[in-house]
Amino acid sequence: MAGKRDIVRRIRAVRSIQQMTKAMKMIAAASLRRSQAKVIAARPYARSLQDMLLRLVGTDANLKHPLAELRPVKRTAYVVITGDRGMAGSYNVNVIRLASAALRQSENDTVLIPVGRKGRDFFRRRGYAFAHEIVGLGEEPGFGQAKQLAQTLMTMFLNQEVDEVRLIYTEFISALQQRPADVQLLPITPVRGKDDLRGAGAPPQEAEGGGQPTAPVEYIYEPSAEAVLSSLLPKFVEVQVYRTILEAKASEHGARMTAMGSATDNAADMIARLTLAYNQARQAGITREISEIVGGAEALGG
Amino acid sequence: MAADTLTLRVVTPENTVLDGVTVGAMVVPMSEGYLGILPNHAPMVASLRIGVLKFKAGDTYRAMAVGGGFMEVADNQATVLVDTAEVGDSIDVLRAKAALERAQRRLAERQGNLDYARAEAALQRARARLRAAEEARGSSGPGITPRDLD
Repeated sequence: MAGKRDIVRRIRAVRSIQQMTKAMKMIAAASLRRSQAKVIAARPYARSLQDMLLRLVGTDANLKHPLAELRPVKRTAYVVITGDRGMAGSYNVNVIRLASAALRQSENDTVLIPVGRKGRDFFRRRGYAFAHEIVGLGEEPGFGQAKQLAQTLMTMFLNQEVDEVRLIYTEFISALQQRPADVQLLPITPVRGKDDLRGAGAPPQEAEGGGQPTAPVEYIYEPSAEAVLSSLLPKFVEVQVYRTILEAKASEHGARMTAMGSATDNAADMIARLTLAYNQARQAGITREISEIVGGAEALGG
Repeated sequence: MAADTLTLRVVTPENTVLDGVTVGAMVVPMSEGYLGILPNHAPMVASLRIGVLKFKAGDTYRAMAVGGGFMEVADNQATVLVDTAEVGDSIDVLRAKAALERAQRRLAERQGNLDYARAEAALQRARARLRAAEEARGSSGPGITPRDLD
């Protein structure tokens, strides 16, 4: 009989957990939609910037600018973008695993810059020192925050504190699929930049409708081509950091939605199993009572 | 192809503020002074600084606070890429005033670890927003004043 009451208690506990995971799933779904809208809203700017940059440097692969300077790599900075919160399945773990592997395999010095509480806490427990850290970006990070991070990174690169800056984040493929990725931010490599901003983002119909046919037009540059270029490139880096953060956020919401969805399903399964166990226990009790009564009656009659 | 208007698009990293607005003329804050742009302008790419961008839509000039970036003009299509952009009449004047005072105070205090460039930029942004808001309130007034064209 005690078993029955225990089962009732467990069913109640599982049901209240299910309510929470269900609520979290719905919140994550709403946040995901907002994040995706932000990713899309960020595209026109990135694309126009990309167009300007391409027009300016043409197909010239060896870009001459301090931000594009290739140096022998003595120190690499890794920016590791995780979430501030857990309950997102393997989202944080995957990024941390990729980052740990990169740090382990790296042949030169490394500097770590965690973005997000989960990654920071993980690496701090393991005794890593950080060049810089960012936590509490919030659910909807703005361009201003990305810009600050980008400027910190560019300063480190320009002061030769590091010779390479890489971003480890989670690429957003779809609401159900995210993939940890490791990309180079600095030095700027124009060819890869093109793939990044164009290839990933552009929906096909806009790709042809938006851009004017690129006839070779002579542009006037104000104040000069060099001046425009040297303000374009930092902007390009800022936009890339912004896009990366947005994508990581969208991935986090997607991962959380999936994780909480399956948690909710698992809770439903568990409730079903427990209900069955409860009914069995109840049935067993009734059967026992009946046989006791029958046994008693027989004892009396006999 | 001579035309008497050009199409303006203002884009920030976070959103598209204006898209396909037909304007008769515009004045942009370039890094080396304000520049007026009329239809049929030669193709140009320019860097912009923090300031007030004005454009003539219909008969009135409208003002917009912009936060540094770039502009491209070609084929009567002007694309303005800036960090921030706010149309004058949507600016919260009280907030802008508070930001201005905050920036001034920070510059006045001059603490050791002050990021001078950032504080200076904040000051300019606040000024630009206030001016754009001012222009918006007296929107029937003068469009471009000589002061803006210096």
